[in-house]
Amino acid sequence: MQGVKQKALELLTGGKADRVLGWRRGETFYDPTPGVFASAEEVERDFVFDAFCGANLSKYLIALDRAEGVTAVFLKPCDSYSLVQLIKEHRIHREKVYIVGVACEGMCGYDALMKAGIEGVLSFEEEGDALKVHTLYGDTVIARKDALLSKCEHCKSKRIVTYDELLGEQGDEVADSGRFDEVARLEKMTPEDRFAFWQNELSRCIRCNACRNVCPACSCEKCVFDNPDSGIRNKAAADSFEENMFHIIRAFHVASRCTDCGECTRVCPQRIPLHLLNRKFIKDINELYGEYQAGADFDTRPALLNFQTGDCEPSIVHVRGGERA
Amino acid sequence: MKQIALNRLDELFAAISARQTLLIPQQLENGDAEFRPWSAEAKLYTGLKTSRSAKDAFFPQVENLVGFKVSEQGIELMDTRDEVQPFTLFGVRGCDARSFDILDRVFLAEPVDTFYADRRAAATVVTLACNRPETTCFCQSFGIDPSRPAGDVTCWMDAENLYWQPNTDKGRALTEALSLLEEGEEARAKRVEEDIQAVLKRLPLKDLSLDHVGAGKTKALFDRPEWAELSEACLGCGACTFVCPTCQCYDIEEFKSGGSVRRFRCWDSCMYSDFTLMSAGQPRPTQTERFRQRFMHKLVYYPDNQDGLFSCVGCGRCLVKCPIHMNIVKVINALKEGTA
Repeated sequence: MQGVKQKALELLTGGKADRVLGWRRGETFYDPTPGVFASAEEVERDFVFDAFCGANLSKYLIALDRAEGVTAVFLKPCDSYSLVQLIKEHRIHREKVYIVGVACEGMCGYDALMKAGIEGVLSFEEEGDALKVHTLYGDTVIARKDALLSKCEHCKSKRIVTYDELLGEQGDEVADSGRFDEVARLEKMTPEDRFAFWQNELSRCIRCNACRNVCPACSCEKCVFDNPDSGIRNKAAADSFEENMFHIIRAFHVASRCTDCGECTRVCPQRIPLHLLNRKFIKDINELYGEYQAGADFDTRPALLNFQTGDCEPSIVHVRGGERA
Repeated sequence: MKQIALNRLDELFAAISARQTLLIPQQLENGDAEFRPWSAEAKLYTGLKTSRSAKDAFFPQVENLVGFKVSEQGIELMDTRDEVQPFTLFGVRGCDARSFDILDRVFLAEPVDTFYADRRAAATVVTLACNRPETTCFCQSFGIDPSRPAGDVTCWMDAENLYWQPNTDKGRALTEALSLLEEGEEARAKRVEEDIQAVLKRLPLKDLSLDHVGAGKTKALFDRPEWAELSEACLGCGACTFVCPTCQCYDIEEFKSGGSVRRFRCWDSCMYSDFTLMSAGQPRPTQTERFRQRFMHKLVYYPDNQDGLFSCVGCGRCLVKCPIHMNIVKVINALKEGTA
């Protein structure tokens, strides 16, 4: 996407924003870091926007909300869902943010290149639907669709929910994203097989908390799992029960507020497909309470925060009452 | 020097395994690799690095220390220590091999950590030269030679053979027990070494400068303004510390069930808000201070206490695994810019 850096400069020099939240260039090709830019000089020197700027910047706006003035931010479509959800939860004031929506064709990741067998990457160029990659072991070309971050493989929407201005074209929700296919496959398993699947995945968890800390829906000031006074703090799982429970409790906590941004899976150093837990909740909510997409608008109430007398019981839902059960 | 054809690797592993437990890097279903016990179905992972470091073999994430049984008669102590049997750790890269030296200086100094010491004494470490170093590798900056990694045995691999060079008594003892090893062609191992050396010269992070960090630099670096910007995007997760081969901090916690208590230790992370929490509160109240602690420890405090040795081995795991791609290379370079 061209013009993002130019826009950052314009916003700062034109007085529309007091600071810009974007990405600082990395040491090599895959490693830009989210950063706050306060001056045009800083933008000139360090600002970057390219295929490897996959991080969702929305959660940083909770802390920046307390800063004086307006923060400009660049949001991809999926990031905009997270921001809207946080605004709905009163964690961010809409008027404190100047949103530049950036159209997105999917972002790329180091992991995907490694998975495709491309080692020793030194630099890349974006050429239409492909990345031309220079490596220690020769040059190669990879289709952008094969270099995508896990969270971009089943993109749910190209629509930027809210923005003050737009770079590129506004898009639509993706009707056939296939994002629930994997969940449906898990649902078809026997309980024993499904248990074995999750036990295998979750047994690799090292409790680094990256999934929780990156999650825009996990915005508690102090997580119970970090609080020595909570009685359930644990830095490492003492047994497999705790290991499973951390992720399942977290999924319950964010249910109906999770926008399915996929950051949990993107950041997991052990590559546990955590987004599948969240997607199971989203799929269930869609089926039990009607289609609901967190962060898609400013008005609707999340299904689990919107009790109605006709609701099915949220425990053994398929067996017990409720008009949709 | 010895050697064995690659198509006989399974025989080699079976022979080692018959003698003692053998851990080798193995690929998981998701493409990552981990050190796991060898079995007849196991295949050696030939990619560069395991997802977690090899330190797990000596310093596991969770380890029982002692148990207590409480009854009306009093408190009974229970020995919960795992029995340690001799084992071979095969396929360790040069970076991870150096990390053992760094951990040794902490755990084997008085008072000796006997849990760690038992495992170190029980292990024979077989290292493997890195045929295809990665973009994120910078072990050379710390004086590590990935083309000739240290270890009880050093190995090289080309398209046909594994070359096997014992370096220590433990390594020689293992070698003597492996009669299937043939006489090795040193010239061919040397060729692998030279090929690796050629790649090392082209690595993007090869020129990392360390003159401005190291022992004695606390005053010069502690209050540098760069810490604020470097840490601004840090999520405060522990990914960097838990994949790090040299991070050694742990906490001691208890698991209580009915009348018994299990006291265990588990890795801790200086990135966490409750790290070294005291009754007087948190000595590092913001993420900037916690972030600074991690890098000052690796680049200044540890060298201060250990004859200038850095406690980073340049394995690059944190470069790949950090959710926001902040890392020790960026820190070193940013601190240099302000030195002038």
